[in-house]
Amino acid sequence: MNSLTRIAFALLIAASAPAFAQQPAVSAEEQAILDEEARLDAEEAALDASANASDPTAPNPAPAFPELRPVLDDFGGEAGLAALMETFMAGLLADPRTQPFFANADQVRVKRQLTEQFCVILGGDCTYSGRDMRSSHKGQDIDRGHFNALVEVLQVAMDKHGVPFRAQNKLLAKLAPMHREIVTK
Amino acid sequence: MSRALHTTLSTALSLAMLAGSGAAFAQDAVDDDGLSAGGKLLLTGGVTQVEGSAGGGLTPWAVIGGYGTRDEIGANAFYTQVNLDDYQLQSYGALVGFYDRVELSFSRQQFDTERVGGALGLGNGFTFTQDTIGVKVKVAGEAVLEQDSWLPQIAVGAQYKRNDQAAVLAFVGAQDDSGVDYYVSATKLYLSQSLLLNGTVRFTRANQFGILGFGGDRNDSYRAQFEGSAAYLLTRNLAVGAEYRTKPDNLGIAGEDDAYDVFVAWAPYKNVSLTVAYVDLGNIVIRDDQRGVYASLQVGF
Repeated sequence: MNSLTRIAFALLIAASAPAFAQQPAVSAEEQAILDEEARLDAEEAALDASANASDPTAPNPAPAFPELRPVLDDFGGEAGLAALMETFMAGLLADPRTQPFFANADQVRVKRQLTEQFCVILGGDCTYSGRDMRSSHKGQDIDRGHFNALVEVLQVAMDKHGVPFRAQNKLLAKLAPMHREIVTK
Repeated sequence: MSRALHTTLSTALSLAMLAGSGAAFAQDAVDDDGLSAGGKLLLTGGVTQVEGSAGGGLTPWAVIGGYGTRDEIGANAFYTQVNLDDYQLQSYGALVGFYDRVELSFSRQQFDTERVGGALGLGNGFTFTQDTIGVKVKVAGEAVLEQDSWLPQIAVGAQYKRNDQAAVLAFVGAQDDSGVDYYVSATKLYLSQSLLLNGTVRFTRANQFGILGFGGDRNDSYRAQFEGSAAYLLTRNLAVGAEYRTKPDNLGIAGEDDAYDVFVAWAPYKNVSLTVAYVDLGNIVIRDDQRGVYASLQVGF
């Protein structure tokens, strides 16, 4: 009797299984739409969160200097900046002074936002999608030495990409004052 | 001149070799969090001027020597050789920079009169030795990072100097064998122009940096002197520039001229810099137009 029950159960499951299997197959398209909706919701929430976390009193993290457009050309335009960021990020991860700040970061996002930020500053037709410098570096205990280490790594990367030294300095002159928001220690 | 040039070039060469061997040490130090911890940017602590303070070759700058940031202590040591037509000057010493705020320095200047010493009855190779203790305090501004402001970094400083040849100094008319120079320096890196500018006002009674004592028969009071430097950055580790330094003219028997130099400063590694200059110190005692080559090696962190 016992074994009979078991067989009956097995049969029942076997019979219902196709119905179960059928269910997702039918709604695959719906599921994709649901997933996409969830993703958009999450993105919106993230945007809201970052908007909430931003500091309205912080200076503009990407002020545009149209007169620096020729400097952007020296960097190879937006594409040149994007290529530079690959070398820059590799350098930041290789340098023990900067590695801890970037190892666990969303490196793809950081590279994209740095490209956007530098592009806007150098008068390019880009839009900066990141947060202000105070919010984005909050709580990271960055001191002057860390800040300067990042500058050094950036200089080495710009050298590797053949950016003329004078052009490098024109960009650095616009970035340097950001130490006031970035260095908190 | 050719002899002076030759000696100086060999000095420069040995300094360069020393720099090369120091470099291996510096490279090791980069991997080690200890010695190379200094977080200032390359060359932004300046080189060491002839009296031992961080600056150019002739004049102190408002920067605090060494690579220490406001969270760190930095230090360096230097050796400078100046070979003039008729004289030789060696200067060496060390400084410590505390938290990018206060700089303490100690240095020794040895001025070899070579054959002029014989002509003056002092004996060939007669040498004046002067020790200088310096202190400098940064009081305002930021030379490097505040790039959205033209305002310079400002520091005040003093150099106490003591010369070991009191009797000879008295004979030439100097009033004292020791003295204190006071100065105010303003320094700014104008990064958009790749240019560093410095202006220093020095209140001094020193004759020939103090080598010929302090005060004289013609004038014995403090006079304000102007010192200026301009450096153009060619690359991250290479700068060229020029300096001008006015000096008092206190001694009746030994007219004194202004000094100037043109220099190249090179930092092959963060911990090592080599400065080579052509320097003109003008008349010194009985010899006019004292020109020559200045070579200076600095190692530090």
